[in-house]
Amino acid sequence: MEHTNLNLLDEALGLHNINNKLWPLCGRFILVEDSVDTTASFVLHHIIKRSLSSHPSSSVIFLSFSHPFSHYDRILRKLGCNLAAQRDNSRFFFIDMLMLQCPDEGKNNHDGLAVIFEKVERVINTLHPDNKKFLTIMIDDISLLEVVANGSSNAVLDFLHYCHTLTSEFGCALVALDHKDIYSNDERPALILELEYLADILVNAEPLATGLAKDVHGQLMVLDKGSQHEHGISSHKIHNFHFKIKENSIEYFYPGTITMS
Amino acid sequence: MASSFTKTGSSFCRNSSKSSINPHLKLGPNATSFISSGIPDLDKILGGGFCVGSLVMIMEDAEAPHHMLLLRNFMSQGLVHKHPLFYASPSKQPKLFLGTLPTPNSSSSKLDKSRDPTHEKDLRIAWQYKKYFEEPNLNISTNNGGQHEYCNDFDLRKPLERHFYSGTNVDCVSIQDSPNLDALQDRCARFLAQLSRSEGNSSSAGRIAIQSFCSPQCKYSDMEWHMLSFIKSLKGMTRSSNAVVVVTFPPSLLSPSCSKRLQHMADTLLSVKAIPDEDKELAKLLTGYQDMVGFLNVHKVARLNTQVPVILDATTFSIKLERRRFLVLECLNQAPVDGSSGTSYGTSGGCSGSTKSGSLDF
Repeated sequence: MEHTNLNLLDEALGLHNINNKLWPLCGRFILVEDSVDTTASFVLHHIIKRSLSSHPSSSVIFLSFSHPFSHYDRILRKLGCNLAAQRDNSRFFFIDMLMLQCPDEGKNNHDGLAVIFEKVERVINTLHPDNKKFLTIMIDDISLLEVVANGSSNAVLDFLHYCHTLTSEFGCALVALDHKDIYSNDERPALILELEYLADILVNAEPLATGLAKDVHGQLMVLDKGSQHEHGISSHKIHNFHFKIKENSIEYFYPGTITMS
Repeated sequence: MASSFTKTGSSFCRNSSKSSINPHLKLGPNATSFISSGIPDLDKILGGGFCVGSLVMIMEDAEAPHHMLLLRNFMSQGLVHKHPLFYASPSKQPKLFLGTLPTPNSSSSKLDKSRDPTHEKDLRIAWQYKKYFEEPNLNISTNNGGQHEYCNDFDLRKPLERHFYSGTNVDCVSIQDSPNLDALQDRCARFLAQLSRSEGNSSSAGRIAIQSFCSPQCKYSDMEWHMLSFIKSLKGMTRSSNAVVVVTFPPSLLSPSCSKRLQHMADTLLSVKAIPDEDKELAKLLTGYQDMVGFLNVHKVARLNTQVPVILDATTFSIKLERRRFLVLECLNQAPVDGSSGTSYGTSGGCSGSTKSGSLDF
């Protein structure tokens, strides 16, 4: 991994810890939350890029419910990562779920998501055993997964639990995007609460309290619940910073320290 | 020799790409293309028009049919450009709606319109408007070819001539009586299959207009997950075809979480709002309040193939009917306040207001 170009997000996610030659996110569950006003999909793009460049045999399984491959390919190409080439090298596995629809009848929902999980498992089985800990599973996004499951949040939670067990089984990383504002009016938003509880790292993108601006696109809150490696010391770390999204990079800065060029 | 060869090669490429697009399609950034929304001002606001392959959602105001204004212009523009059109509505006979579509304005009266700056208009070109007038109308092709224009001005008082919508490329369906959305989904899939991108027919762009999607007269209106799954698969299908889908829905009739889910699914999200008839406070606050019929809010602009969000100078626009004929969108202007002009200067800049503080911003 490059030592240069580490930004605030890398630091907050702990990607600067490259001492033990492991992918720093391995075995961890990262939940990314956003809202209608501020999308956090750029965090996913960033993690794709970092994980593919972290190790020569690292790989990403991408479950896409919201955009076709060409969308991500164009974005990542501008960020300096050729997804089409990585796909041909069997390092980027794109599972297109855009047209997936489960039948309505009650019990079949589970079957629908089970099919998806089997697909993920099949990909993992093709990987070399040594490379499984450099694997990242990414879901974009959970709210559409719920739609696929016809609103059965239990089915979604089951699916995510299965994915979560993979992180402990193989030491791979799980990254999922969800939209927090969907649940803000629920009395008991079980799904999002459970996900937040499970997550090792919580990334929350919000618009600025003062509204949208051209120079600052929003603020990120990264909560790291502490890693297992640190001799049993659980250290909650909170990072707050602002960001500005550009085509080929994202600028991160602490509030008030934006540098105009 | 070699260099001249590459040169001709590159120029050939450029020429061929230029000739293959038709004037109704405009190339945008990141390999996207736009078709016109039928409202010149909205095209300008959105940076060119509606993105081909995107899902546009319009949140209705339950008390006023302003979403119909946007829908009519969108459909009319498609018919004038001879784009295939699919229209679904909860009315019994959706075909009748085609008779209410506006007709494109003839070029002569358009010239007249631009040459006729009324006294009122002169006044408006003040400090507030300077930057909007300096902006050249790059987005709108100005050739007066009538049907070959990218975007027409539509005269809301004249109905569209019959020959535009009597052809075979128009399909109407009523969604009132169907017990679920499967039939509608099949129709949409068949419509979009003709426009699939893989066949390389970039000549025509289809338009799907679904009016009042979740209205209570539809029998499926209590099946929220069914509706969400329909919109999700509609979006998936649209992505791989040369079409734009415009769906209007009344958010107040849905549960808040369902409405938020629909908003997340939309690529471009707009909302319309009526103006209360005799709101004296608002009349004092805004210039040109008398001519306004409503507000248009731009919540989200399509971001296909890019991660950079579009931040607009202003997100609230007033909907006006110029001479009761033409639909015009304008930024809101705060009227000068007596004795405290300082405050109005403070709000004049290109700041888009907080989305949390209220529904209006200046």
